[in-house]
This record gives sequence, C-alpha cells and structure tokens, in this order.
Amino acid sequence: MPAFTLIPFAPAAGALVLFFFGRRLGRKAVSLIASAAVAVSLALSVVAFLNLLSRGASGPDVTIHRLFTWISSGALRVEAALRFDALAAVMTLVVSGVGLLIHVYSAGYMTRDRDVARYFACLNLFTFAMLLLVLADNLILLFVGWEGVGLCSYLLIGFWFEKPSAAAAGKKAFLVNRIGDAGFLLGILFLLVATGTTSFAGIDEAVTAGAITPSLAVCSALLLLIGAVGKSAQIPLSVWLPDAMEGPTPVSALIHAATMVTAGVYLIARMNVLYAFAPIAGQVVAWVGALTAVYAGTIALVQNDIKRVLAYSTISQLGYMFLGCGVGAYAAGVFHLFTHAFFKGLLFLAAGSVIHALSGEQDLRKMGGLRKHLPLTYPVFLIGALAIAGVPFLSGFFSKDAILVSAFSQGRWALGTLGLAGAALTAFYMFRLVFLAFFGDARLTLEAKTHLHESPPVMTWPLLILAGFSVLAGYLGLPLALGKNANLFFRFLEPIVPSAEGHLGRSAEWGLMLLSAASAVAGIGLAYLFYIRKTALPGRWAARRPGLHRLLLHGYHVDNFYGAVVVKPLIRGSEAVYRSFDLGVIDALVDGTGKAARFLGRAFAFLQTGWIKDYALAFLLGVTIFLGALLF
Amino acid sequence: MTTGAVVGLSLVLFVLGVIAFFVKRDLLTQFMAVEIMLNAANLAFLGLAQGAERLDAQVIVFLVMTVAAAEAAVGLAIILLVFRRKKSIASKDFRTLRG
Amino acid sequence: MHAPLLSLIVFLPLGGALLLVFIPKEERRRLLIAALVFSLAALALSIALAVRFDGNEAGPQFVEDSAWLGYGIRYHLGVDGLSLFLVCLTTFLVPLVLLASRTSVKDRLKEYLLFMLVLETGMIGVFLSLNLFLFYVFWEAALIPMYFLIGMFGGKRRIYATTKFVLYTMAGSLLMLAGIFVLQAAFARASGSYSLNIFDLYRLSLPSGTQAWLFLAFGLAFAIKVPLFPFHTWLPDAHVEAPTGASVLLAAVLLKMGAYGFIRFAFPLFPDAVARFAPVLAVLAIIGIIYGGLMALIQKDIKSLVAYSSVSHMGLIILALAAWNTIGLQGALLQMINHGLSTGMLFFAVGALYERTHSRTITDYGGVARKMPVFSALFLIAVLSSLGLPGLNGFAGEILCFAGIFAAHKVWAILAVTTVILAAAYLLGMYQKVCHGPVVHNRVDALRDLRPAELAIFIPIVFLMFWIGLFPGTFLRKTEATAARYAALIQSRSAAYVEAQRPAILPPEAGGKAATGGERR
Repeated sequence: MPAFTLIPFAPAAGALVLFFFGRRLGRKAVSLIASAAVAVSLALSVVAFLNLLSRGASGPDVTIHRLFTWISSGALRVEAALRFDALAAVMTLVVSGVGLLIHVYSAGYMTRDRDVARYFACLNLFTFAMLLLVLADNLILLFVGWEGVGLCSYLLIGFWFEKPSAAAAGKKAFLVNRIGDAGFLLGILFLLVATGTTSFAGIDEAVTAGAITPSLAVCSALLLLIGAVGKSAQIPLSVWLPDAMEGPTPVSALIHAATMVTAGVYLIARMNVLYAFAPIAGQVVAWVGALTAVYAGTIALVQNDIKRVLAYSTISQLGYMFLGCGVGAYAAGVFHLFTHAFFKGLLFLAAGSVIHALSGEQDLRKMGGLRKHLPLTYPVFLIGALAIAGVPFLSGFFSKDAILVSAFSQGRWALGTLGLAGAALTAFYMFRLVFLAFFGDARLTLEAKTHLHESPPVMTWPLLILAGFSVLAGYLGLPLALGKNANLFFRFLEPIVPSAEGHLGRSAEWGLMLLSAASAVAGIGLAYLFYIRKTALPGRWAARRPGLHRLLLHGYHVDNFYGAVVVKPLIRGSEAVYRSFDLGVIDALVDGTGKAARFLGRAFAFLQTGWIKDYALAFLLGVTIFLGALLF
Repeated sequence: MTTGAVVGLSLVLFVLGVIAFFVKRDLLTQFMAVEIMLNAANLAFLGLAQGAERLDAQVIVFLVMTVAAAEAAVGLAIILLVFRRKKSIASKDFRTLRG
Repeated sequence: MHAPLLSLIVFLPLGGALLLVFIPKEERRRLLIAALVFSLAALALSIALAVRFDGNEAGPQFVEDSAWLGYGIRYHLGVDGLSLFLVCLTTFLVPLVLLASRTSVKDRLKEYLLFMLVLETGMIGVFLSLNLFLFYVFWEAALIPMYFLIGMFGGKRRIYATTKFVLYTMAGSLLMLAGIFVLQAAFARASGSYSLNIFDLYRLSLPSGTQAWLFLAFGLAFAIKVPLFPFHTWLPDAHVEAPTGASVLLAAVLLKMGAYGFIRFAFPLFPDAVARFAPVLAVLAIIGIIYGGLMALIQKDIKSLVAYSSVSHMGLIILALAAWNTIGLQGALLQMINHGLSTGMLFFAVGALYERTHSRTITDYGGVARKMPVFSALFLIAVLSSLGLPGLNGFAGEILCFAGIFAAHKVWAILAVTTVILAAAYLLGMYQKVCHGPVVHNRVDALRDLRPAELAIFIPIVFLMFWIGLFPGTFLRKTEATAARYAALIQSRSAAYVEAQRPAILPPEAGGKAATGGERR
C-alpha cells in the first residue's frame, strides 16, 4: 500500500481516540495526540511528495489506490479510491503543514477551555475529512470529505455552543453550504449519467473523447460551481463566513482561511478538463470571483471587528482564486491558494494572538499602539499584511500577479481591472487594520490594559514559521517574465493543472507587475493618510455618507435581504399553509368524515323510537317490499 | 271447505291481527294480536295441506303451535315482570331503547 | 426439508405473547425478560436468515407453502431481497423497544408487552407473506395492537389519534380487499383454477382499465400507510400521542409496509397502470418531500417535527420507486432500512427527554448538550444520519435514490435534492434549539445523562448506522438480484403498453449511454 493512502487516517485515528477517551486524558496529552496525528500526515505527505519529485515523470504522474468498492448497484459503482498526483501533493502539504502549525498554536490558545478534548477531536476529524477530500479519486468520495469538513465546520464554529450566536452561526454555515451541496449533487448526477463514472480519470477521459455534449458540460460545470460557491463563500452564498468568526480563532485560521474554504477552488482546479470544455462556465467562474473580490473588499473597508475584516478579506482572496481558475489559469489559482494559506493563516493566528493578549477584545476601535507591547506579534502581522497586500518580494505579490497576468494576457480587461481594484482595496483595508490596531494612541479598555501580554512560545513559533513561508513561498512561483521555466510551482502542476494560455509581451508583463505593486503601495499610502496622518478623516467621510457607510458595514444588507426574502416568507408561508391547508383542509376533510358519520347517525336516529309498534311497522313494510319484489 | 276459502279466512285473520297490533295500545292485547297472526298462519298451512293432500304441512302446524306456546310463556312472563316495574302495560311506556 | 425458519420468526413473538398471559402482571421483571427472550430469539433467527440468504438468487427463499382455506388462500411464506432486511429491521427494533419500556411504561406493562409482541408477529408476517390473502390478514392484524398501544398508553388526545389512525388505514385496506377478490376472480376466469400466489398473479394479464382501477384500490391503501401526500395527516397526531415504543415501530416499520406494498404488489401486479400513474405518484411524492420538509420546519413539538420529516423521507423513497430502475429500487430498499434506524433513534431520543421532563415542546429545552453530553452526541448522530451525512447510513441510500431518480427524470431529481437543504434546516434548527444555547429552564438544569440501559438502546443503532454508511455493500449485495428482477419485470411488461400509447416514459437503465458503465482506470 503506497504511503499516501495512510495520510488521512492518522488524524482519523486521533479523532476517534479523542472523542472516546479525550476527557480522561488531560490537556497536554490531548493536544499532543492531536498534533502528533497531523504530524504523521505531514510526514507521509512529504514522503509522497518527494517520491513524486524523484520519479520526475515527464507526463502526468498519477497514482491511484483502490481501498474497496463502497457503493455498488446496477450501473452505479462508487469506489473508495485515493489518488495522488501533483495537485494532491500540494494540497496535502498545505493541509497537513498549516494544520500542524494550527494544532500546535491551539494548544496554547485553548489551554483554559474546559472542552479542550472535544476541540482537538473535531480539529483532527476536520483534518481527516479535508485530506480525504483532496485525496479522493472520484467526485462522490470527494463529496464525502466535502460534507465532512462541513460537519466539522458546524461543530467548531458552534464550539462554544452555549452562546446562541455561535450555535446559530454554526447552523447557518452548514445550511448555506448545503444549498451549494444540492447543486453539487446534481452536477455529480449529470456527469454520472453522461459518462457512467464519477472518477476524475474517467470523467476527464470522457470529456476529451467527446462523450459529453457542450450543453451538458456547461450544465454540470455550473452545478459544480454552485457547490464551490457555497463552500468558498462566494456571491451569492457568502453570508455564512463572516458569522463563522464566532468560532475560536485557530478554527477560523484553519478552516476559514487556509483549508476548507479553498475546497471550492480545489474542485474547480481538479475538474479543469471539464471547465476547459465549457468556456461559458469558465466565464461565470471568473466573473463570480472578480465581483466577489471587489464586493468583499469594499465591505472590509468599514468593519470594526478584527476577525470580520479578515473574514471578508478571505472571501475577497477566494474571489481571486476563482478569477484565476475562471480564465483558465488554474495553476495560478492554486498558487494563490497556496500562498494565501500561509499569510491568511498567519494573519488569523496573529489576530488571535492580539485577541488573546487583550483578554478577548476584538473591536479595532478599542485597540491601538499595540506594536510596543506585542514585539513578536506585530512584526509577523505586518509581514502577513504586506504579503496579502501584494507588496513586491513577498508571496502574495507573486501569486496575485500570476492571476492578473493570466487575465490580461487573454484580453480579459474588465476582469483584470476588477482584480487590480481589488488589490488596491486589499492593501487599504489591511493596513487600516494594521494602523488601527498597532499604531496610534492606545484606546484599550482598562481590563485589556492590565492583562496585556505577549503570547507564549507555543503560539508564537507557528506564527514565525508561517511568516517565513509568507515571505518565501512566493519564490516558488516566479513570474514568467523572468524566464519560461522560472515558475517552479506551475511546472510542477503542469501535467495535472494547466496554467493559462495567452501571452503578454515581456514589457507588458513588467508593466503589469509595476502597476499591481503601485496599487498596493497606493493602498497602503492611502491607509497611512487616513489612519496615521489625518485620523479625523475616516470619521468625516463616514459622517458625510451615512447611507453608504451603513450599506458597507452591513455587507450590502445581503443577510437582511435573504432573511426577508427567503427565510421569513418560507417560515411564515409554511405556517400559513400548515394552518390553512394541512389543518384546515386535509385534516378538516378527515375529521369531516367523522363528523359526517355522526351527522348521518343522528339524522337517522329518529327511526329508533324505542316503540315496538314502529319497529313492527318497519318490519311489515320490509316484508311487503320483499314479497312484492319476489312476486313481481 | 275449499282450500281457497280456508286460506282466505286465514288471510283475513292475519290482517285483523296486524291491524289489531297497530291499533291497540297495550302490550297484552298486542300480544294477543300476535297469537292471532300465528294461528292465521297455522290455518293457512292446514288449508293448503288439505288442498295439496300433504301431511308435512300439517306437521308444521304442530311445530308452530309449540313455538307459539313457548313464546307466549316467555313473553307473558316478561310482560308480567315489566308490569311490576312500571305499573303499566301501555306499549308507549317502554321506549328505553330510543336512539 | 428445512426447518420452518420463517414461520418460527413470524410466530415466536406470538408464542411469547401467549406465555406472557400466564405471568402475573405484578412481576414486571419476569414479564420483561420473557418478552425479551422471545423477541431476541426472533432476532437471532432473522440474523441467521440474513447470513444464510443467498444474494445471487432473485426468487424467494426458505419458502413454506401449505394449503389453508382453499380458493387460492394458502399459507405461503418466503423471503427475498425485498423483504429480508425489513424483517431484520423489525426483529432488531422490537427488543430495543421492549428494553425501553422498562422505564417508560409505568403501569399495565403486561398489556404493553403483549401488544408489542403481537404487533411484531403481524409486521413480520406482512413482509414474509407471498399469498395475497395471508398478506392482508397480517396487514390488518398489525393494526389492532397498535390501536391499543396508542389508545391505552398514549397522550392526551390518544383516543382521537388512534381512532383516526385505524379508521383511515382500514378504509384504504377495505378497498384493497375488494381488489384482492377481483384479482382472485380474474385469475380463476383466466386460468381455470384459483390462486392468490403473487407470482402467479404477476403473470396475469389484465385489461388496462381494470389494471388502473385495481392499482388505485391497492395504491390507496398503501398511499395512506406510507404516508403519501395528501393522505398523511393521521401521522403527526398518531406519533405525538403514541408512547415512545409505539412511535418507534410506527415510523420504522409500519410506514415501510406501505412502501413495501407498492413494490411487492401494486407495481408488479399492474404494470400498465404503473406507466400511467407513475407521474402522479412522482408528483405526490415530490410534494411530500418538500411539503413535509416545510411543515417540519415550523413544528413546535419535536415528535410532530419528526413525523413530518418521515413524510418527507418516505416521499423520497416513493419517488425512487416511481423511477423504477434497479438503482432507484436498491436505493429505496436501503433508505427504508435507513429511515427506520434514524427515525427510530430520533424517537428513542425524544422518549429519553420526555421521560425526564414530560415535555416535547422545543421551546421548553435549550442547553441540553451541557447537561447531557453523551445523549447530545448520540442525538447529533441520529440527526446527521437523518439528513444524509456521508459516512452514515442516510447518504448511501440517498445517493442511490437520487441516481435512480435522476436517470428516470432529471426534473424529479432536481426537485428531490432540495430535501438535502430542508432536512438540514429543520433538523439542525431543532437540534440547536434543544441542545445548544444556554440553559434557561429549571427542568433542563436537572437533567441527568443517559443510563446504561438507555445506552444499550442507542449504541446498537449507531453501530448499524456506521456499518451501513461505510460498508453498504454488505446489504446491497443481498438485495441486488431481487431488485434487478423486479425492475426488469416492470420495465419489460409495461414497455409494450408504453410503446402503444406514448414514446418512452421509463428511460433505459442508468448509465445507459455508457453501456459498459463501471470504473475506468
């Protein structure tokens, strides 16, 4: 059995152990077991990755291992089979690597929580499900992992379930995801009926052999997109992610930044052959991504909760990944997924460090001047912010650039411009956050001030490691302008996940790089102006445009819209139907038969006079009629 | 006597019995009316037996008479008990089974 | 000559009931042990049956056929892929129900156990009868103990609920009885001899008009039982008023009798009618799925919520049947078992709560997870199973159903997958209100977690849920042959009718375009 097949099962075992025996084991043991399980996965991922590299195959290098036949009936056959290739290698490394760091971090962050065992059990279970998702060889097994991470998301967002808002947020996440999943299922069914299989190899083969009509390809691609949109919180199913910040911050880092939400991008990248065959679907993907990137970016401009800023930022960055995939630059999308895992994970964990230091404060308006008090958290946070803003020489710059280049090189000017706009927005709101939290006068509450402290090493080491990756990871994906084979990442993924076609001239590429760097710097500069120099400015702007401010603050009122247009009418309508139809019509009919029977009974009761004479008369009549009928 | 006459007589008797049953208001006379009806039936049997010269019809008469006697005994006993209860034999006083 | 395994399984519980008559009603322990012994014996025998059942054989096995009342009425039992696991489900759940009664039934335990055992006999007999009349006898026989169980041990409106339940079901059944006699006469006319053996009757060729009427007669009885919209309103009342054990068996087994009736009788006996009425059935089923889900969303009583969810789930099963292909049929069969397990467990869970607080109203709870963590974890597993989370049993059945439905009619499938969203909405909503949130009520504050006896009820069900979820092949393998045969039976016999009237309504088997199917490497 090849090494990679064991990758998901170490955390699975960890989860089992912790679910059953966790409470008896004590905090240290629990965090150790959980982290060790993920470490095992990481080790195995590294081994498998190195194996893959050492083989150095020229074409696609895919290893499939079939565990057993899971569901089989008639023409439907679902195998429990795992698949390892370049894309799987990247994903498993990211999931287990970042996962391990977050597990270690959690050991510090969650020390004082009474439900530590349940936390780590769920975290391990999540890691198992996510690894299963990226290693699955067919759509249905992927769906198993997909739902599994959805479940763990529910369990972890609602971890502090006694808090009504947390419980509600968990349920909302699961439900919105499920809406996407309904579409996903339909997409799987379309492909199944058209190709007779759900395995990636089978579908790719069928598509290239022309077994699917273009309209069917578009249909299934769009349905799969619905699933991806739900999982990756894109328009119109983005509403669950900001609320998901109710969960513990390491959960937000792992699930809602680095891994689970990227499952949608992974799905599209995995199905790139199908999407290539359905260009209209690709268009939709790209536009959804671009619009979401800008949409979320604008909302992030005015948020006051540090985690919500990061949440909207994640939605926005996911939009970039979708944009990349939509224009056919799947490898670019995956590259951004890769770098994003590091710097977003870093940002969330660092934010967690800040929150931890301030004894739970998350409101930016009650922070300030923290850079003096958090000598480790501040620099790493800054690195993360620079990376996400797309400042040159850090990872975010390279990955964002790759996407923008792909867009422009195919003449997709509108999308590219949206991308640039988004980049500027990103830089601005990120540094607004940095300046508000770490610079200026301290606006801390008394309580926060008294307990202000830097985080323990178990929390700061992961931060440092992530910061390192945030800086260096980009160099794996050097722009093509520097030479055809400069982009190691793309070359690695090439056989499985293509990068875009289309070419910009050398100078155009350099020009674009300058432009994106400039937009990043501009964004930072503007933030500097607003939040360091003329700190009264934001307040005045908001005061002069209260409607706009409110609109952005409440996320374009999308939540309210859904509540008013979907949820409330559904519930009120159902209640009305229940009362009027179910009870009023159907049940009334049923009870009506009973009433009718009773009515008939009473109606004819007059015949029962109790008087023997009347009975005799009836008898006589009856006999007469009977005789008459007999004789005539 | 011809069969027709006998059967005719029995029919008349039967009808008289029926009318009596419906006209009379007390249990005892209604009971007597029932007896008349039964005997009318017996007469019809006898008349037809004589006409067809069959013996089995005459045997049936005995059966009917026995049944009538038994029924009279039971019925009169019931009327007696019921009278003791209600101090009346007017049939309209016994309507407890009214629906 | 083999031992009459099936008769034993059918009548062991009845024998137990007879024995119970002689045990004094004060000796609760002895009564319970006796009842358990007999029902566990039936379970053991049905496990043996399942193990020795040959999955490659499509026809009935362990057949027992002896003369009874003449005119085609024979004592004819047999088990095949359609009935095997329904029998196992029944014999599995009854001991659990009996176990639960130790604490939930305070007085008249003897009568309760008696009725349960008689009910078990009736239910198993329904699934094993291959003679139409014998089937009818058992069908009605299952009603009577249920009437008493709800009427004697139920809640405030129990008389209303149980009367409604019995009269509603019986009205449908009477039409079916009339249909049975018509069939009997038709067969006698056609072949010169009497038979009520369903396999003989399958081969009977009736004019389409007669088929349509008979299908409606039979179908009504089964539609009421399933329950299919709009014949469903008896179910919420019955469930709410019934005692826990009766609810479990009502939802888990009795409802399946309706679906089973469709597969075993209504569809194969009247194939032309199937082609004609399948769309109607599908529409009603789809309405049931969505309507049941929406109604469940707004219920204030946990039990009526689960009742409406049953309407929704059974709708999916009927829809999969209406698709009438092997995959859909397999999916429906598996989902019947799955629904029995998950809904059964949900009712056990509600029962556990009710025993402690005497309330089924959702708003009376909140924060239960803090007070009863083990219970809440198990409750969550039941909820997840019911909403079809992959890894648990619900998903395996649902994916097969969806695939089968999709192969027949894409539009049906598109509407049906909404159940995925609705189920999550009403189940998680309920779970959140009951188990999550802060503890506000004193009643909840005083809650204590599951006792070992209660755990003994939940653990076996959870074990089965994971087994079916992870390794459904164990079960699918046994039912495949029969399912394929029944699917082929209808498709071939109604194809002629369909060709005469309309172009293909029932498309070829799923994956027909890629005729080779299967995995590619």
